[in-house]
Amino acid sequence: MSAEDIRSLLPMVILAGGILLTLILVALKRNHKLAFITTATLAISIFSYISLQRLFPDKRKEEYYLLLMLATLGSCMMVVSTHFISFFVSIEILTISLYTLISYYREQTKAIEAGLKYLVLAAMSSAFLLFGMALIFAASGEMSFSGLFAITAAMSGSATIMLVTGTGLMIVGIGFKLALVPFHMWAPDVYEGASSPVSAFIATVSKGGVVAFLLHFFMMADLYRYPKVMLMFMVIAVLSMLMGNLLALMQNNVKRMLAYSSIAHLGYLLVAFIAGKGMGVQAATFYITVYVITIIGAFGIITVISPSDSEATDLEAYKGLFWRRPFLAALFTIFLLSLAGIPLTAGFIGKYFLLTAGLGSAQWMLAFVLVASSVIGLFYYLRVIVAMMKQEEDNLSASKSPLAASIGGIIALSLLALLIIGLGVYPGWLIEMVKSL
Amino acid sequence: MILAALIVLLMGCGMLAWLAGRWNNTLPRIISLAGISVQLLVVVWLWLTHQRGSASTLWIMSYTHSWIPAFGIHIKLAVDGLSLLMLALTSFLGILSVLTSWKEINKRVGFFHFNLLFVLAGIAGVFLSLDLFLFYFSWEVMLIPMYFLISIWGNENRTYASYKFFLFTQGSGLLMFLSILGLYLVHGHNTGVFTFDYEQLLGTVMAPQTAFLLMLGFVIAFIVKLSTVPFHSWLPDAHTQAPTAGSVILAGLLLKTGAYGLIRFVLPLFPQASHQFAPVAMLLGVISILYGAKLAFAQTDLKRLVAYISVSHMGFILLGIYAFNEMAMQGVVMQMVAHGISTGGLFIIAGTLHERIQTRDIGQMGGLWARLPKMGAMGLVFVMASLGLPGLGNFVAEFLILTGSFMANKTLTIIATLGLVAATIYSLRIMQKVFYGKEQKQWTIADFSIREMGIMTCLVIAILWLGLFPSAVLTVSRASVLEVIERVEGRDKTQSDKADVNPRETDHQAITITSVNEQGQHWKINTKNSN
Repeated sequence: MSAEDIRSLLPMVILAGGILLTLILVALKRNHKLAFITTATLAISIFSYISLQRLFPDKRKEEYYLLLMLATLGSCMMVVSTHFISFFVSIEILTISLYTLISYYREQTKAIEAGLKYLVLAAMSSAFLLFGMALIFAASGEMSFSGLFAITAAMSGSATIMLVTGTGLMIVGIGFKLALVPFHMWAPDVYEGASSPVSAFIATVSKGGVVAFLLHFFMMADLYRYPKVMLMFMVIAVLSMLMGNLLALMQNNVKRMLAYSSIAHLGYLLVAFIAGKGMGVQAATFYITVYVITIIGAFGIITVISPSDSEATDLEAYKGLFWRRPFLAALFTIFLLSLAGIPLTAGFIGKYFLLTAGLGSAQWMLAFVLVASSVIGLFYYLRVIVAMMKQEEDNLSASKSPLAASIGGIIALSLLALLIIGLGVYPGWLIEMVKSL
Repeated sequence: MILAALIVLLMGCGMLAWLAGRWNNTLPRIISLAGISVQLLVVVWLWLTHQRGSASTLWIMSYTHSWIPAFGIHIKLAVDGLSLLMLALTSFLGILSVLTSWKEINKRVGFFHFNLLFVLAGIAGVFLSLDLFLFYFSWEVMLIPMYFLISIWGNENRTYASYKFFLFTQGSGLLMFLSILGLYLVHGHNTGVFTFDYEQLLGTVMAPQTAFLLMLGFVIAFIVKLSTVPFHSWLPDAHTQAPTAGSVILAGLLLKTGAYGLIRFVLPLFPQASHQFAPVAMLLGVISILYGAKLAFAQTDLKRLVAYISVSHMGFILLGIYAFNEMAMQGVVMQMVAHGISTGGLFIIAGTLHERIQTRDIGQMGGLWARLPKMGAMGLVFVMASLGLPGLGNFVAEFLILTGSFMANKTLTIIATLGLVAATIYSLRIMQKVFYGKEQKQWTIADFSIREMGIMTCLVIAILWLGLFPSAVLTVSRASVLEVIERVEGRDKTQSDKADVNPRETDHQAITITSVNEQGQHWKINTKNSN
């Protein structure tokens, strides 16, 4: 590694390393989810470095890491917020940094398009969120979650209607952030336009934060009491699982496919969320953890195998990868199988957890939809695996990405894959950890 | 401990073979051969030393280790007569499939053997697991490597076949998983103990509708694997497109996991629901026998033809399992072993022929006996075995199944017997089209080499031994079979007592219970009851 490299690495080391380490230290004492989000960011910043090196060699990159850190800060704040105001501030910090991150490669029109799209839709969803909060505040006069719980218990009929409406509007806003059907339209375009690490960031850290908030909010304010709200979630969950998987079937772009698959995965997650207290929360936490690890790995692979001028997003680029880069292809296979929920990977244990939670609260319909849609899901994960195994003519040696630059990436990817296999074979420790939350 | 070591051994050898494949093409073969041979030796040692076993427990050997205590999931492995037989078959066919692919597989040898050994490890896990979670886990573990075997080393239409195989088995497997979870939760709510332990779940009391629905989840997964007729369509594709070793393992072992699951899990866990389901299952069995036979007759692709023979033979297994008597069930066990060997033989012949003349179309073969006398003679043996010639294993099996199921259901059994006639027709057609008759083309091909003759000799000895000394197998499986039958009939009593159904049925149970003690009388009395 030359002096030049070290200098270009320095901002990342200082920002990612320094800030993250302190955050992790604080987080370990307070909240596991928080620690988790920060470590996820660390992994993403490694891939960001690779991606930046490759796609953006001459420009300044310090801002990128600053924005990444800001977004992480927003996400972390969201996890620990127990008040509407702190929640709203944190979600704005997160989304405003994301606008810039998504369109960071400003030479590419797709990135600009994605950034604009995200800007418009996220601003709109924020408006919905605010309006919902305002309605709830008008009905209850309370903005902290626990205060809300105390007041809503003894509420009259008309006030309850306002509360439920307000919650409904908030669900629309949250649905946008989580890209749940029918609020999912932005996801594929943004995933495709943004660079892979940023897509991974949106899919994991930003969504993880919102999920954590959702669990927090519903538990503390005990909104499980309102069957109408739960019915709304059930419809959203079923639609997300089915639509996400069905639409993913038709994609030839791996990033778009992962976008639709993440819609479906958030739908699976809602099954546990709907199942509610106790098992449901644990299952959701476990699942989001596993999902985050896997998605970071999958987007990491896309980053690492991309040639220097553009990203390898087309399915064509993966043909014969098994024979060109066997190790990376094997890692990608592990990530995809984990997304599909096949045993020996963590995804299977996660899905088991979800199904147990769902059946435990007698949500047979949701469990069936989950099973049916994950069979559909298998189909497109297999498509990528099959493409990777296609025999290629030996003379057609595809352009190999510079290996030296991606050693860090490969190490990070191997660690993620090891974690997935490890959790798939011996998940005890994470389950204990989740239970102790 | 030994049991866990067996599975770990196969997986370890698989990893090692993959690594070794980077340097050398022969090393992976030797490693896998050694690994499976060790397994076979252990199984034979178990068979010889523990055969009579201590009478106190059913299990010859068991191993329990906590895995995910938070959910009551254990690594619980145990071997009884039935699983011992299945394990022996697994390692026997495992060795043969390594040997048959010795020359056939030349690309990515390391990865091939990695997958092969992982399939075998998964299958061994299925046959050994006594924890339902672990069982499902192993069930799924055997799918992925099998999928790779078909989709990388398969024939021309491999992608389609591998998709179909994977989606059928995975989809049905997930339904079973739902049922397992349902059973787990029902048992947990009843007793407060949340566990996947098979032996503890055995006593679960539940409403008849719940039991029936949960059973259906299991049954669908198993009869998809068993390729019973409405769910059989994955099998001809998968068998035809898979490499020879893959076909041998698919037909010889993967299909048997379905039958094993029915015997080990469905009947003991849901005795009453199984009784309700029995007529449907037997009907499906008979349809499979006849429909499979008819389609086998219509095929021109040799491998596809053998695949449909499997469909037909698996129909006998379904018929026998749901007859609920010792004779039929023993026949089923025999059929599982004998079919594994005879179909394995046929697939190896089809595979080697395909390797030599690059076609599986029997229209282009004919008169090959003159050129391939050794292969022809071997082909004759296995064709005779599959049509049920006395003296070979399949005859014993089919005879026992038909006699046993005759006591349970006369009409269906009589129709099923027609399957034997059909078997004669399609089997003789193989001989006629491939080895006798006019030569269609002037093939210049080599006969079996010494390696291939060695493989075939092993198979022939095995099938003859099964045919001439069937009691060797039957005594091993007897205790397990009796245990299952006792549960199906015995549990019925306690449940119907609770449900307080009509007196006639309780009466019928009482007779069965007493009859279990007098083995000789057992079959006869059963006949009376079932009418």
